[in-house]
Amino acid sequence: MSVLVFVEGLNGEIKKSSLEAATYGSQVAQAMGTSATAVAIGDVNEAALAKLGEQGISKVLYDSDDRLKQFVADAYVKVIAKAAQQESAKVLVFSNSNIGAAVGSKLAVRLNGSLATNVTELPKMDGGNFIVTRGVFSGKAFADVNLTSDVKIIAVKKNSTDIVSNAGNTATVEKLSADLADADFAAAPKETVMQDTSSGVLLQEAEIVVSGGRGMKGPENWHLIEELAKELGAATACSKPVSDIGWRPHHEHVGQTGITVSPNLYIAAGISGAIQHLAGVNSSKVIVVINKDPEAPFFKAADYGIVGDALEVLPKLIEAAKALDK
Amino acid sequence: MKILVCISNVPDTTSKINFTGDNKEFDKNGVQFVINPWDEYALTRAIELKEAKGGSVTVLNVGEADAEPNIRKALAIGADDAIRVNAHPKDAYFVAQQITAIAKEGGYDMILMGKESIDYNGFQVHNMVGEMMGIPSVTPAFKLDMVDDSTARLEREIEGGKEVVEVKLPFVASAQQPMCEPRIPNMRGIMTARTKPLKVVEPAGAEAKSEYVHYSKPEKKSGVKMIDAENAGEVIKLLRNEAKVL
Repeated sequence: MSVLVFVEGLNGEIKKSSLEAATYGSQVAQAMGTSATAVAIGDVNEAALAKLGEQGISKVLYDSDDRLKQFVADAYVKVIAKAAQQESAKVLVFSNSNIGAAVGSKLAVRLNGSLATNVTELPKMDGGNFIVTRGVFSGKAFADVNLTSDVKIIAVKKNSTDIVSNAGNTATVEKLSADLADADFAAAPKETVMQDTSSGVLLQEAEIVVSGGRGMKGPENWHLIEELAKELGAATACSKPVSDIGWRPHHEHVGQTGITVSPNLYIAAGISGAIQHLAGVNSSKVIVVINKDPEAPFFKAADYGIVGDALEVLPKLIEAAKALDK
Repeated sequence: MKILVCISNVPDTTSKINFTGDNKEFDKNGVQFVINPWDEYALTRAIELKEAKGGSVTVLNVGEADAEPNIRKALAIGADDAIRVNAHPKDAYFVAQQITAIAKEGGYDMILMGKESIDYNGFQVHNMVGEMMGIPSVTPAFKLDMVDDSTARLEREIEGGKEVVEVKLPFVASAQQPMCEPRIPNMRGIMTARTKPLKVVEPAGAEAKSEYVHYSKPEKKSGVKMIDAENAGEVIKLLRNEAKVL
């Protein structure tokens, strides 16, 4: 009986959100008096896998089948189900990513388990209950949910777990083969296109996000957003009106019907803070709002506010960011 | 082509969220309910496909009678008929089982819904339905077109990029923007929706696998600290020394 953590790779390395899931899984295992095993698939190198020991993982099962380098839900589910069976796992931990939550949902059906996504805290286990806290109502509330099945599946909200790194601890890496058939790849993507992120930081994984709205006045001014993002090691984002009029691509749109982010720091320049936008960013830990309208609703949700024209204020922030000791 | 579109009845985005009964239940009092915004993308795209290729669009809601005004709204937007499974949607697993029961009976070519509901933010039901039915689930998709009569081409978002997927009918997909421009009902639609069939069925035997035991709200922010625009650079120092996020 162990805890099984699914880790995702990107360009050979393990995603930050998966290091969070590994930390979370190890902490659950510790509370249950058992060990944590990770299952890894596809595009990740073996040295990175052994380093999962730093997050408290004792063993990593790795399926190196080349066909798994791209995401194919049915095949991933088969590999993870095999690992779960081999380890007699009662708790499975995923990152609440598009991949993690998708695979988690399918496994809940296959393993007849209880699933909670968007989980923000470690489970409370007492009196036979297994209660996790998850974000609901688009960041406006939390719910405590008792997972009643024998198998519990948890998808951990990004940036809600502080990654533990005990340098020097290594995990043993073992091969895993799930004997995948061609049929498992029937819904394989024809094509995978990775975005060219201007800052090089993935929006969904970013600790800092610099975002622009209509107050930026036009796409030609976006170099200010990009420059500040570069100085801070941040990802760039935008509001819905900005992506709707085509100043920025849709995959940068954060908000209710766009991407939900929960970084440590969210800087909004020229965004008024409509409730639909707030729904996508309201679990950010610290929010800075720059807007020329002192009545902009976003100031009510902000930790720091600057009333001023974004085009005049941003250069001052860039200058100050350049002066920081890095 | 027969399309099933699943919709949730959710509190409007601008609603204040409160709880009653010792924070054990969501307080519906004074809350305006709408069609889940993500589901509107699925609904409109289904109607567009029907207009282009022929067929029918059936709307499905798992919920109580108070969802009916929004089911009628979906009919007014252009769905042909509706089914309501008369049950409180206890959790994603329960809802997925109800949808699966209806979908198996109806023999749909395509089962569409939003990528998640804005109240419970699960992002679970579509993949569960795909798994229960043993058909592909493509989520979250932002583009959906037919290649030929039996094959659809979808683009779905993955972290940091997109995937292009071709699947044979039948399949499940969840929608997100910019799949289409969600439609609003026109007067003619509202008039005809009154007479379109809305069938109420009792739930299939199904168990929930989780229980919501308590709700809470995030701590209120301590208030905004304003910085003069002339000294805007100060905020960077505060972010490092006070908020400690840089």
